[in-house]
Amino acid sequence: MPSFILGRLVSLILSLIASSIVIFLVLEVVPGDPAQFMLGLNATPEATATLRTALGLDGPLLERYFTWVLGLLRGDFGISYTYKVPVSGLIADRIWISLPLAIYALALSTLIAFPVGILAAVKRNSAADVGIMGATQVGLAVPNFWFAMLLVLLFSITLRWFSAGGFPGWEDPLLALKALTLPAVALALPQASILARVMRSSLLDTLGEDYIRSARAKGLSQGQTLWRHALRNALIPVLTIIGLQFSFLLAGAIIIENVFFLPGLGRLVFQGITSRDLIVVKSVVMLLVFAVILVTFLVDITYALVDPRLRRATR
Amino acid sequence: MRRSLVVLALAGALAMTTAMTPAFAQARTDVKVGLVLEPPSLDPTAEAAAAVDEVLYANVFEGLTRIVADGSVVPALAKSWDISEDGLTYTFHLVEGAKFHDGTDFNADDVKFSLDRINAEGSLNAQKALYASIASVEVVDPATVKVTLKQPDGNLIYNLAWGDAVIVAPESADNNKTNPIGTGPFSFKDRVEGDSITLEKNQAYWGTPVKLEGATFKFIPDPTAAFAALQAGDVDSFPNFPAPETVAQFQNDPRFRVVIGSTEGETVLSMNNAKPPLDNVKVREAIAHAIDRQAIIDGAMFGYGTPIGTFLSPANPDYVDLTAQSNYDPEKSKALLAEAGVTDLTLSLKLPPVEGYARRGGEIIASQLAAVGIKTEVTNLEWAQWLSEVFTDKNYDLTIVSHTEPNDIGIFARDGYYFNYANADFKQLIADLAVTSDPAKRSELTKAAEKNLADNYAAGFLFELAKVGVENAKLKGMWENAPTQATDLTGVSWEE
Repeated sequence: MPSFILGRLVSLILSLIASSIVIFLVLEVVPGDPAQFMLGLNATPEATATLRTALGLDGPLLERYFTWVLGLLRGDFGISYTYKVPVSGLIADRIWISLPLAIYALALSTLIAFPVGILAAVKRNSAADVGIMGATQVGLAVPNFWFAMLLVLLFSITLRWFSAGGFPGWEDPLLALKALTLPAVALALPQASILARVMRSSLLDTLGEDYIRSARAKGLSQGQTLWRHALRNALIPVLTIIGLQFSFLLAGAIIIENVFFLPGLGRLVFQGITSRDLIVVKSVVMLLVFAVILVTFLVDITYALVDPRLRRATR
Repeated sequence: MRRSLVVLALAGALAMTTAMTPAFAQARTDVKVGLVLEPPSLDPTAEAAAAVDEVLYANVFEGLTRIVADGSVVPALAKSWDISEDGLTYTFHLVEGAKFHDGTDFNADDVKFSLDRINAEGSLNAQKALYASIASVEVVDPATVKVTLKQPDGNLIYNLAWGDAVIVAPESADNNKTNPIGTGPFSFKDRVEGDSITLEKNQAYWGTPVKLEGATFKFIPDPTAAFAALQAGDVDSFPNFPAPETVAQFQNDPRFRVVIGSTEGETVLSMNNAKPPLDNVKVREAIAHAIDRQAIIDGAMFGYGTPIGTFLSPANPDYVDLTAQSNYDPEKSKALLAEAGVTDLTLSLKLPPVEGYARRGGEIIASQLAAVGIKTEVTNLEWAQWLSEVFTDKNYDLTIVSHTEPNDIGIFARDGYYFNYANADFKQLIADLAVTSDPAKRSELTKAAEKNLADNYAAGFLFELAKVGVENAKLKGMWENAPTQATDLTGVSWEE
């Protein structure tokens, strides 16, 4: 087990170094000068040059790379070109929207998908199964931003139960959760559909295995077999999907953030790219990469817990 | 029986609260304003972004003079001024008793500091060029400032009203980017980056106090979200509403009022005047005649916009309607191209990321040009790319941009500006205008400059952007027009 974790850790660190180099280089070749962007159409060339120097955009490539990486290691993410406040502060503010939103959506999607997927697998080919498969097909096909607009139309404009967007802050946790509810539902629907289908097919595979028949033969009821033997083994592909979904929800909620004008991490990156606030883009993308790699690492560890064979198989 | 009694009691209570609510209802004292663009940092003297002025101008920061709703310039922190015979010395008499939001007094030293700061070495002021005529600023006494010019400057009083020349205090100027301290009727309270900025009433304001106790600006870039926010009551007003296609729905809803006003946004099909064959005036004229302005206004802007024939707002008293000179006439356009000996012409059309006038307008213009035999290669750019490729490197033939600064006809006279319009007569007119302060003479020169641009087809002049405002029907006092980029809340209140 320790050597398994060590091996995973080494690959985690190597992935981080490689991605930092890629992110840095990609942003180096992006066209557009941040200084020109900030000063606009009427600025004099001298003012633009002064600003370039002030932003530290003039030094050699290698030096700027190491300044950035060493800063990251010390927790110093630099000062945003546009907002003029520390990037770490911007990230800290927004992670309190993106992270709860991702967890909220993931919780919803898991809560819906598990019972539905298990039901469909157990009652295979029944009317319930066909209904569930049909519904999840629709859930997969509906784009989440469109579904989000429908939610706004019904719950904000017609019924006026929820505000159409924005985020009031965490001073009142209930209000904050309320503001995140429509976005979380919009995000959860397609995720729940995927998860339910994976749950169903994975469980069906396991239910066909010999050891399930043996379990039944030794006298366990269908329910006992399901809980003790089938579910645990069916969980591995499901965990993989949950890991992927969490990363997606954390970094990829940007369209939903736009529909509900939520100031989350995705929108921070998007604004950073359009306004050439490259220092924000670099650091947030790096952070998201770190989150994705970390989640993958944790999922790997969980596999090993669920399936003891994996602990021995890998170095 | 008991249950029905309870129900009855509940219904009665409900009816009473409903009936009583209007009697207790008080006029609201806060307003939530929706804006599309978020200001980057909050210092109007160091940021070009119009969004900074849209939040802070006249609300938090004040200059010596100020632009008001009808576009005229009125006294602000300078209550009056004298101009010397030769037009070289301006003596400003300042208001007394004004204080900055941090409690420090406003006086002549702050004025000297603010104006010197614009022209200082290493200044990041985006409009530095407007104040180049200032030679020195002298404090006469705490309530009097003398500004000496290098040459007469007829635009000085107007330029001092820009957000870029607001008065800041030496104690707080460096922190204005994150914590803006001005002398205005509202003070900065709070900011949630990416979401909102909150202002509150300045109880110690030197002038007429405002009726509102506070105001929140919410930043909503997505047109659909803007529509939903208004409908759900999350914002009370959207002064520049980004979804014109939904305006009819608001017009038919008694809860809302739609106000169509004018802006200072001249939207033009810019041409690279230095690049063959666009250096030939006949080719530029041919392009101008190929364009059907009304079709663009209807197709790209849902009918909102006023055709222009030169580079000045139709709301300006000096505006001359020269649209007939570049009327839609495809036959004439073809004839002019033949006359110029240009065949098989392909031009690049590089479009900034503005959904309405640039992207939709660009498609319409491309097809109108194709109708007279001019092919276009359309490229969609983001702003940063547009700024470097088109604006700085001038690597373009055609582009579509709205120039939203007020009274900026002078940009055609600038050396190295992206139009590449090097016209000696025009430069002379603008140079003369800069040193003239007699209103009649100024008007005459402005009209001549307008005519020069139209005669030489310096650009394809399309239309003046309209200001489409949607607001709660009970809200009073928002600006109808936008003579400068601002959301002036000083006159805003709620109907009782």
